[in-house]
Amino acid sequence: MRLSVDGKAVEIEADPDMPLLWALRDLAGITGPKFGCGIAACGACTVLIDGIPVRSCSLPVGQALGEITTIEGISTGGKLHPVQQAWLDEQVAQCGYCQAGQIMSAVALLDEIADPTDADIDNAMGGNLCRCGTYPRIRAAIHKAAALKQAGA
Amino acid sequence: MGRVAKIARRTFLIGAAVVAGGAAFGYWTYRRPYPNPLEDDLAEGEATFNPFVKIASDNTITVIAPRAEMGQGISTTLAAFVAEELDVTLDKVTVEHGPASYAYYNAVITEEGGGFYFWDDSRVAEAVRSVLGGVAKVMGLQGTGGSTSTRDGYDRMRQAGAAARMMLVAAAAARLGVRPDELETDNGTIVHRASSRSVTYGEVAIDAGKLDVPDAVTLRDKAQWKLLGKPQPRVDMLAKVTGAPIFGIDVTQPDMLFGTVRMSPVFGARPVRSDLSKAEAMPGVMKIVPIETSYGSGFGVIAQNTWAAFKAAEAIDVEWGKPSNPADTNAIMKTIMDAAAKGSASAMRDDGDVDAAFADAPADRVIEAEYSVPYLSHAPMEPMNATARLKDGVLDVWSPNQMPVLVRWFCGDIAGVPLDKVHVHTTSMGGAFGRRGEMDFSLYATLLAMHADGRPVKVTWTREEDMRVGVYRPAAGGRFRARIGDDGSPVAVDMRISAQNMMDSIMSRWFPSLPGGATDPAITDGSHNQPYTIPNYRVASIAAPLTIPVSFWRSVGNSVNGYFHEAFMDEIAHAGGVDPVELRRRLMANHPAALAVVNKVAEMSNWGETLPAGTAKGFAFTLSFGSWCGQVIQVADTPAGIKLEKMWIAVDVGTAIDPGIIDAQLVSGAIYGLSAAMGQQVTFKDGMVEQSNFHDFDAMRMFQCPDFEVAILENFHRMGGVGEVGTPPAAPALANAIFALTGKRIRSLPLDREVRFA
Repeated sequence: MRLSVDGKAVEIEADPDMPLLWALRDLAGITGPKFGCGIAACGACTVLIDGIPVRSCSLPVGQALGEITTIEGISTGGKLHPVQQAWLDEQVAQCGYCQAGQIMSAVALLDEIADPTDADIDNAMGGNLCRCGTYPRIRAAIHKAAALKQAGA
Repeated sequence: MGRVAKIARRTFLIGAAVVAGGAAFGYWTYRRPYPNPLEDDLAEGEATFNPFVKIASDNTITVIAPRAEMGQGISTTLAAFVAEELDVTLDKVTVEHGPASYAYYNAVITEEGGGFYFWDDSRVAEAVRSVLGGVAKVMGLQGTGGSTSTRDGYDRMRQAGAAARMMLVAAAAARLGVRPDELETDNGTIVHRASSRSVTYGEVAIDAGKLDVPDAVTLRDKAQWKLLGKPQPRVDMLAKVTGAPIFGIDVTQPDMLFGTVRMSPVFGARPVRSDLSKAEAMPGVMKIVPIETSYGSGFGVIAQNTWAAFKAAEAIDVEWGKPSNPADTNAIMKTIMDAAAKGSASAMRDDGDVDAAFADAPADRVIEAEYSVPYLSHAPMEPMNATARLKDGVLDVWSPNQMPVLVRWFCGDIAGVPLDKVHVHTTSMGGAFGRRGEMDFSLYATLLAMHADGRPVKVTWTREEDMRVGVYRPAAGGRFRARIGDDGSPVAVDMRISAQNMMDSIMSRWFPSLPGGATDPAITDGSHNQPYTIPNYRVASIAAPLTIPVSFWRSVGNSVNGYFHEAFMDEIAHAGGVDPVELRRRLMANHPAALAVVNKVAEMSNWGETLPAGTAKGFAFTLSFGSWCGQVIQVADTPAGIKLEKMWIAVDVGTAIDPGIIDAQLVSGAIYGLSAAMGQQVTFKDGMVEQSNFHDFDAMRMFQCPDFEVAILENFHRMGGVGEVGTPPAAPALANAIFALTGKRIRSLPLDREVRFA
């Protein structure tokens, strides 16, 4: 089975029913997406498929057609993605476990809405759970990332 | 009765527990200096100065921050202690957790086990603190919990940095042929200004590491701090925004296998019938192993990948034994409420004469209430997991845990491997909140590794397993009454609070052969030790006769008692016709630190202002883990339900080491408490936990999160913790705000059984 992950072809032997998350983590060694619930309830496993945020714990790998982007693939040429830079600037993460998923949802949001309102953020981020309670800083970082992106950072 | 006698009547519980544990070590004596564990494992060109500092000739400075990094930022703060005195910025430092070692004992974790009020500075209180801190040292108890890590590291890790710096300067002086007092340090370089010569730390590290450790060090004055007292960029932030493999669940070793467990969801029950054949025949499954430990009975699966292990565990056909506790929530809560009503009580606080004060009280001046809270799951984002390898008589355990020396001991014991051949690698943690103080996940990985022919096995639990076969915040119930005086202040307050004895539950898992039965201060922690002065004031603790596995959950007893005490105090204020904040000012007048916090949060929130229709505020205060915390929350009635608009927090931490991290922790603690208060409960049916995942045990989401404003005060003369102190006042502040908004007094959590949240 061939997947396209972060711009690279990945060859794996997997039961097509295996969730994409476990194929990435256990078979392809891509551990950036995290396991949190297995039922698409927490968002820790979020990756983008052709730019759309997807809960990889609940998508069979056999259906993961398209270009898969994980947290490990959004920095380009040694430069952090504006969302990652904003997360660093705002010192968002605490335990950090949910942040790969939070960041991927935020990347997708900003690709769709360049300058999201608080209501847009609420709508886009409601599926990503954080038990440390970093929500206020996530909100600030998304606004910051929007500004960084518009400034061409 | 004198204070000492009263204290003696309480049990020195935490001390007793660790002494009991310490008996197993036996030979450790208080004065024995622990060897530096870094000496065993130095790389070429690397020197170590003490258990906290390594410097290599290429100028790599490694600081050991030997506490669990579970999100609270402790690796940054502990590294800053060393860096401050070593005179380097944090970006020059590599921070590691380091090995499990007695050298990393946490003295503060046991210090407050004597039950003295935090504000009690008497010689007796101080002496007991010193003795109990010594207990942790004797045991070499390396542990993270009780919001103690910063307090514990404050002196020791600054001293470690200062001593290393002195040794580096001495070595540089010898190298340059000058006196040490002619030299200055500047961010990793030692400079001789007079001759414009300099050497780097790395250049003299090997020489310096051979010098004797100085007998005494002088620490920098607070006024000269360059890093401490100011927000530092967290040392783990880059890894966490790039998806780096830092968590236990990310551990990858050559030739690694994968696994999971399926343990009895009926606590204490064994399988009465099982058929493994279907599970064993599933693709990718290698072995299914029975598991039997002090944590429970069940099965472990070894497989080619985690998904195959999950599927096989689910396919195990098994019938479990009968529950030894009442089988459903109603019966369990009845046991607790009956204990609160009639059980034999120990008074944890008993000021004045409460019985006399109620005996002649006019009925219309007495209020009574019953409160209860449910069991709760910790539910950290990263499900329980660990990785282990047993090869050539050496056991390696990669474990996201809060108790490394106990993990080393327990896993070595179960595998029959001597302690010096057990290596515990403590990873970063995707949340813990107390859950990772347990040994179960490390033990299970070790047990499966014993069946893996020397290959490492990464054992990951499903979320369902994590939630249904965990350890829980104990449920609790209480009966409360107060006599209101003519001025509206309480003349007498009487609290009878019941919950399971948590220390007994922990002892049954950690040291099952040792007897329990000591009074557990956690049952009333947050009610019996609050800075209120009330003439007749009794707080009684009653152990509930249940054996559901319970454990430390962020803020422990304070998570229960913060709500009980402060919601009832709000009832007292309303019954007496006194503003709730004004009542606190009266009752806390003897405690300037508390008063300052109350006044600050009232000022920040503009308490007393006229609010728009459909909005209201609630207030609560808890002194916990040495920090004084007041919170005000504003809520609004909206068509979608009650919305949490804004929370103001004032906290006195004594000395604020990193205001950025303190701010984050106070908000984090509050959100954790609000999440539980709004909607979380663990309930039971047929002897099993009913909740299984985030669909039925959810937490606050982004769209529910209020704005926050935090003020950090430094009035009290002793330092407090920060990791847990935001949690206890959150539930009562919200419940009190909902009363102000709706007139509905909710005396049982979670609140969403009575009101709807937006």
